[in-house]
Amino acid sequence: MYHTPAWETVMGLEVHVELSTKTKIFCSCTTAFGGEPNTHCCPICIGMPGVLPSLNRAVVEYATKAGLALNCEITRYNKFDRKNYFYPDLPKAYQISQLYLPICRNGGVEIEAEGGGRKVIGIHEIHMEEDAGKLVHDPATNATMVDYNRCGVPLIEIVSEPDFRSANEVIRYLEKLKAILQYIGVSDCKMQEGSLRADINLSVRPAGSEAFGTRTEMKNMNSFKAIGRAIAGESARQIHLLEHGGAVTQETRRWDDDKNESFAMRSKEDAQDYKYFPEPDLIPIEISEEVIEQTRRSLPELPEAKRRRYVSELGLSEYDAEQITASKALVALFEQNLAAGCPAKELANWIMGEVMHLLSESGKEPEDIPFDYGSLGALIGMVEKNEITRSTAKKVFKAVFEENCDPVEYVDQHNLKTVTDTGAVKTVIEEVIAANQKSVEEYKSGKEKALQYLIGQSMRALRGKADPQTVTAILRELLGA
Amino acid sequence: MMITDELVTYLEALGRIRLPEESRAKAQRDLQEILQYIDTLSELDTEGIEPLSHALPLTNVMREDEVQPSIPPEEVLANAPVRKDNYFLVPRSFE
Amino acid sequence: MNLETMTALELGAAIRKGEISAVEAAQFSLRQIETYDSRFSCFVTVQDDILQRAEEVQKRISAGEYTSPLAGVPMGIKDNMCQKGVQTSCGSRMLANFKPTYTATAVEEIMQAGAVPLGKLNMDEFAMGSTSETSWFGATKNPWNAECVPGGSSGGSAAAVAAGECFYALGSDTGGSIRQPASFCGVTGIKPTYGSVSRFGLVAYASSLDQIGPLARDAADCAAVLGEIMKRDVKDNTSVATQGVNLDAVLHYDVKGKKIGIPTDFFGDGLDKDVAATVQAAARQLESMGATVETFDMPIVKYAIPAYYIIAAAEASSNLSRYDGIKYGYRPEHVDDLLDLYTRSRSEGFGMEVKRRIMLGCFVLSSGYYDAYYRKALQAKSLIKAAFDRAFERYDLILGPVAPTTALKIGENLADPLKMYLGDIYTVMINLAGLPAASVPCGFDAKGMPVGMQLIGSYFHETDILGAAHAYQQVTDWHKRRPAGLDNL
Repeated sequence: MYHTPAWETVMGLEVHVELSTKTKIFCSCTTAFGGEPNTHCCPICIGMPGVLPSLNRAVVEYATKAGLALNCEITRYNKFDRKNYFYPDLPKAYQISQLYLPICRNGGVEIEAEGGGRKVIGIHEIHMEEDAGKLVHDPATNATMVDYNRCGVPLIEIVSEPDFRSANEVIRYLEKLKAILQYIGVSDCKMQEGSLRADINLSVRPAGSEAFGTRTEMKNMNSFKAIGRAIAGESARQIHLLEHGGAVTQETRRWDDDKNESFAMRSKEDAQDYKYFPEPDLIPIEISEEVIEQTRRSLPELPEAKRRRYVSELGLSEYDAEQITASKALVALFEQNLAAGCPAKELANWIMGEVMHLLSESGKEPEDIPFDYGSLGALIGMVEKNEITRSTAKKVFKAVFEENCDPVEYVDQHNLKTVTDTGAVKTVIEEVIAANQKSVEEYKSGKEKALQYLIGQSMRALRGKADPQTVTAILRELLGA
Repeated sequence: MMITDELVTYLEALGRIRLPEESRAKAQRDLQEILQYIDTLSELDTEGIEPLSHALPLTNVMREDEVQPSIPPEEVLANAPVRKDNYFLVPRSFE
Repeated sequence: MNLETMTALELGAAIRKGEISAVEAAQFSLRQIETYDSRFSCFVTVQDDILQRAEEVQKRISAGEYTSPLAGVPMGIKDNMCQKGVQTSCGSRMLANFKPTYTATAVEEIMQAGAVPLGKLNMDEFAMGSTSETSWFGATKNPWNAECVPGGSSGGSAAAVAAGECFYALGSDTGGSIRQPASFCGVTGIKPTYGSVSRFGLVAYASSLDQIGPLARDAADCAAVLGEIMKRDVKDNTSVATQGVNLDAVLHYDVKGKKIGIPTDFFGDGLDKDVAATVQAAARQLESMGATVETFDMPIVKYAIPAYYIIAAAEASSNLSRYDGIKYGYRPEHVDDLLDLYTRSRSEGFGMEVKRRIMLGCFVLSSGYYDAYYRKALQAKSLIKAAFDRAFERYDLILGPVAPTTALKIGENLADPLKMYLGDIYTVMINLAGLPAASVPCGFDAKGMPVGMQLIGSYFHETDILGAAHAYQQVTDWHKRRPAGLDNL
């Protein structure tokens, strides 16, 4: 079999996150997603002559929060710069961004490393900038239509260090980012709506080598699955090039998820010289130590801290804690029922088991859990009190998940309560014995299997509402064994 | 600093402009002359001087995050040389 | 009542007293425009609703709603300030058909004061130039000699006031664009402290240097206009709250005991001797009124022009990138592709001077050159500011010429951009430092063309500048002289 030398893939990420402020970064237009074309616009966000930007306070606050949550240093004195380039989705032909003094630097996020253990992904910087508009191809005229609704929606760009070595690490990092930013409420991070987009810088090098290879950039990846495939595809492409005496050219490539390969993007005809310079229309921002401390105190408990607490205080497994804290919704489901007195481990088992199972089965995200969080606790409560058996509980939960019904009512209506009155159970079993004399004889002549049969018959007769132990005990007693 | 013909071409590309052929040579000479003059700035000792972007030492002027009504598309597109419905229209710009 | 020689404040008072109505004043200005504008081409656009506006203003004056000393006075607006529904073309083919859907804050403010705008005044294309010859709509002529330029870029504003087509005008000054044409046309003009008048709605040339200000018949009128437009504006992130200008303090200002400094470097090579003599005479006049005048050195002067053209061109190249033929402005009929759309819209829409500055700006910002040029220029700016800060520890005002020469013949500098740039030597450093400065008529050269002196004040000291200018105008009549042959048409 043809044997390849081991290659190492090295990646860094540039993640663009749309902040969930009410208004755009430099004007008071709404940031609401969608809307008829060019209806969320004003002279400022469409770059009319003579207009000026006026900075939205919330953007600076959100960016500061994000920076602190991602363990960054906040730049006390930061300012905006202009990034100049021509493209139809950029009405001023420059993007107001931060190059020289970004608002956050030197942070990091801890993830589960490839092959176990924890690993910190370094964050080089976070800067504030404005989003661009949307281009829509018009087959009728074979022209491009421009909609400026998204123009000026606030973004933070989170630039990581080249610390990724596998697609799993990239995806875990993105999931962690998503969770953190959702926790602190600065973004909804909806990839399908483009409020979280990742550019991947990828290069390969012989395993063990220190020097970086030539990298390519893949832009605007907006689904975890596509990211996984893009990384696999692009690494393979680069390795193949190098193994066949070729060389990687530094370029921007577009991942075509349908064709499952990447294509070099037509360089927009221009020499890529962004001619950055300080934005003269915006004065600098100073963030005081006090403000930073206030903001720090205002942050909720973050996934990492929760994860540790779930393990140390609630005795959850590392894996369960990691999975649950990776989603703001699952944490809410977990903590609400925990507060209602539900035992932590049992709760975690249900979430990791039934909840995850039905979510993936129905292709839903934790954010859109379709039932009242309280229902899960109520259900577990009934199991704990032996009011229903585990198998019944699973059936009931399916109904709860599908119809969002109240589990207690559902159990009553379908009278699924465990029969606890042994007298009643006895009567039923006596009938079973009477009706199965043959098996009784076999059992008495020493055939253990016959007992299993009788238990099964009894359970069926009891419609699963008694627990097997009790039934077995009564049977043995009645059969005088 | 020499203003070569290549540099002129590069600057045209950066600025998305094209000089009329007949005035190109003169434009190159003028730019050369201007740049030579501007280069006298290199004599000035600016060792350790902080660059000054804003003459006045202002900081932290910000707006509250309150939505104001946008303008109707009719106004957004009022000056558009070419439009389709409520979109601006440009030549095909997709690969 | 002689409207030809009346100042804006005198006319405003007469209107409030009911001696003349705002409508009559507007009719007078319309007659003036009809008579003279064909000769001087000051206006790009004359508004069609002038008399309706005048009537409405008169009503609100009578109703006591408009109480400004300028209410009802006809005025003009430089064509780079947006006015809702009124063509705002910046002297460029690019915006020849552009009608903004919003109004510049400064224009809003002056309208609130009951101004009656007559129309939009001609200018160098996108305010790039010192002669008003680069306008797509043709050159404006100097009322003192129609063969000469009125200066620029606010040439239309200065000429319209000099020709009596309007009582005052709003101009903008990035490197001398109010002061130099004011000097060339024998009117009074002031560029206030950077940030004291909102730039919202002023079509940007160089954002860190642009500032709106008035051109008028005398210092008192300028003070009255500044009183209305010097207001903090939330729409302009760089705007500051000031005490504005106290008209009363200006009218009663005494230069006795004031210290005036004259930079020797303002009187070096290249300064026309008539201009030098006239400005020095003005200094002696102020001295005779009780001010102490002394000279001091300011060697940084020689670096002002390089620093200015680097910064201005850099910002301009970015500010003018939005003119891409997509959202507004000039766009050729048929375009092959996106690059063709950009290149032809901009090549056919912009004139030569604009192209030149865009290319220069792209160069000084391009990778590899940023530090050597743009960053270096910002350091020079810092040194220039420091030099003025030191000077204003010793002086209340700094005095010098506005321009090395009086108005040149039309076409004289058009072929030689560098020569034109050098003419900005005394004005650009004031913009770099962000200081207020005025041009005040102080005499004439041998050819009979007006000469202006430049009075520079410390930050937010517009009252001192205009106060001294007003005191000077109480004992001189240069500002009252009018071009020959205006009446005998």
